[in-house]
Amino acid sequence: MLSFSQIKVGDELPTLTKHPTTRQLVQYAGASGDFYEIHYDKPFAEAAGLPGVILHGLLKAGWLGELVQTWAGPSAFVRHIEASYRGIDRPGQPYLLRGKVVSLEASAAPGGGGLVELEIWGEDQTGRRSTLGKAKVELIDAINAA
Amino acid sequence: MATLEEAVAEGQRYVGTTGPAHSRVIEPGAIRRFVEALGDTNPLYTDPEYARRTRWGGIIAPPTFLCTIQAPLNMPDLGFGRVTLNGGNSYDWYRPVRPGDVITAQSTLVEVRGVQSSSGPLLIMVRAIRYTDQDGRLVAEGRSTGLRRE
Repeated sequence: MLSFSQIKVGDELPTLTKHPTTRQLVQYAGASGDFYEIHYDKPFAEAAGLPGVILHGLLKAGWLGELVQTWAGPSAFVRHIEASYRGIDRPGQPYLLRGKVVSLEASAAPGGGGLVELEIWGEDQTGRRSTLGKAKVELIDAINAA
Repeated sequence: MATLEEAVAEGQRYVGTTGPAHSRVIEPGAIRRFVEALGDTNPLYTDPEYARRTRWGGIIAPPTFLCTIQAPLNMPDLGFGRVTLNGGNSYDWYRPVRPGDVITAQSTLVEVRGVQSSSGPLLIMVRAIRYTDQDGRLVAEGRSTGLRRE
């Protein structure tokens, strides 16, 4: 598991790559309770002026949560995530979730780990960043994690 | 159809109003369906034996799971735009959410404004959402930005 003392500013998180399908959007609609038709009904989405069905913003935010918790390990506590959706994304195209460490704040307690601040984002395969975000995650030191 | 200015003026009358509180018992099956939909295979959310050996001593919900508790405002349609898009979400968590928690979500309208964007006029409505537990303690706070466009 990741320990606070191992982390440096500028560290990049392993990229999480997703391959969303309309089927997944239906599945997410059911699991989240967000049944807005722009996410699975093509004629509805087109009548609303969209090029087709689009990914839920909160699906992309959920993937950012997955990115952060997977990297930080099961004993990390994700304290903050914010995501701003700057563009629409469509199923059938890969979506990449990425992040890097922007600051570290060690806890005052000895061996107490600390708070890691991350810049996180989602981008398509051309590198267009359609989701911009930040996260704060609390890590304890490995010695205390067992 | 209202103009953007009319919709903003009407919407601003509702700033500070609070929607109904919605409570939900957090069920492990709902957590499982949520992470399956994300495609997140982290056993922390689904495997009790694995989760028991972590700092948490049991399964927790993934960060954005609280979005599954709908917290509508019940305000009237402002007559502007033909599609609502999600502009952004923000969460601050004060403790993890666990199966068996009874979480209550309630939204307050905090901001209504209009902007001219590259894709045309946008009506922006921001909600603040409070999530409290069965003991009345604050578990998390959220902000949700809705965009209404023509």
